[in-house]
Amino acid sequence: MEFKDYYQVMGVARDATEAQIKQAYRKLARKYHPDVSKEKDAEAHFKEVGEAYEVLKTPEKRAAYDQLGRGHRPGEDFRPPPDWNTNFEFSGAGDAGDADYSDFFASLFGGQSRAQSGRRHANPHPGHGDDHHAKVMLDLEASLKGGARAFTLKIPELDEQGRLSNKERTLNVQIPKGILSGQQIRLAGQGGKAQGGTAGDLYIEVEFQRHSLYQVEGKDLLLELPVAPWEAALGATVKTPTPGGTVELKIPPESRAGSKLRLKGRGIPSNPPGDFYVVLQIALPPASDDKAKAAYAAMAAAMPFNPRAGLGM
Amino acid sequence: MSVAMNPTLQGTLIDESTLLSIDDLCRICSIERSHVVAFVEEGVLEIAAIDLPEWHFRGGALRRARMAVRLQRDLELNLIGVALALDLMDEIESLRRDLNARR
Repeated sequence: MEFKDYYQVMGVARDATEAQIKQAYRKLARKYHPDVSKEKDAEAHFKEVGEAYEVLKTPEKRAAYDQLGRGHRPGEDFRPPPDWNTNFEFSGAGDAGDADYSDFFASLFGGQSRAQSGRRHANPHPGHGDDHHAKVMLDLEASLKGGARAFTLKIPELDEQGRLSNKERTLNVQIPKGILSGQQIRLAGQGGKAQGGTAGDLYIEVEFQRHSLYQVEGKDLLLELPVAPWEAALGATVKTPTPGGTVELKIPPESRAGSKLRLKGRGIPSNPPGDFYVVLQIALPPASDDKAKAAYAAMAAAMPFNPRAGLGM
Repeated sequence: MSVAMNPTLQGTLIDESTLLSIDDLCRICSIERSHVVAFVEEGVLEIAAIDLPEWHFRGGALRRARMAVRLQRDLELNLIGVALALDLMDEIESLRRDLNARR
């Protein structure tokens, strides 16, 4: 197991005051909070920061960690000495919540804080197991066509000694057709087990992966469709990919870049279904040979056109 | 085959046609009723406009409530801060969509 330098994670000095640690935490938590942040690996950073704060904000844990940490470098292989924490009294101020901490943390503090938080958050519904939550990335096709998808979920579990470990389980889930990003699937009885009662439910929140063609806006889909200048100017019928298959799309004459065409009801098949939008992009043919250059020159001669008229030029 | 070991689970879609009672929301999010009441008073959550004696919420409230709880806990925000953060996040989301549509 690797030794973690919590001071380095938080970017504070080893003699930082409580106020400095709190300030550093708040700044980093805002930067990396998975709900807020668009930083790469935000979630991993956020967990690391949360773990560091959990230790450094609690005077007893910090003191124990400081004593332990002398002479260790981050990343170094590390084993805690047996009974290393026997002389510290843990008041249980820490709340592990549903965070999953590193093996390093779990080997030091996992037992106490998980067990305590378990007791404090006593299940208010005896006979009914806890509801669990997970977030998964889903391909858009699953929502468009329905079908089963397999997800591998990590589940933090406490063993009999109160130690925390991650278990994996794979679930095959039937995806309801028309599901939208941010919506949830309830899997009855797949949550926490209850002693002598019904198990809780598992709620899976889905988020769409980026699609190669379509952008998703709620239940609407949007496609950027390149057209040639003459197709836009004169009108044309062009082959266009849609979720339901290729369609012949009519481009009206005098279309402009950014013109939006709507195909009603051809978006995500929710109830009611979303729409499919085509946004036109004008693609310029390259003036790569003499013939093409002559065609551009002929256009310039035939049309007195000032594209900068709007700028007063 | 693995299909036999892992049967396909049929779930229930929680969408805007789903109604969750205040007790459902409390149980699913592991929060107290008073917490939900405070969220409603601060405008973080909206009650579904239906004629039932108890408060009910649309499916989307589930994600919002869980985000609110996480923001409150992880960033040590007060309720007004949570409400503001969620509103700004909604706005960023819609601006980002506009931006994507214009690109």
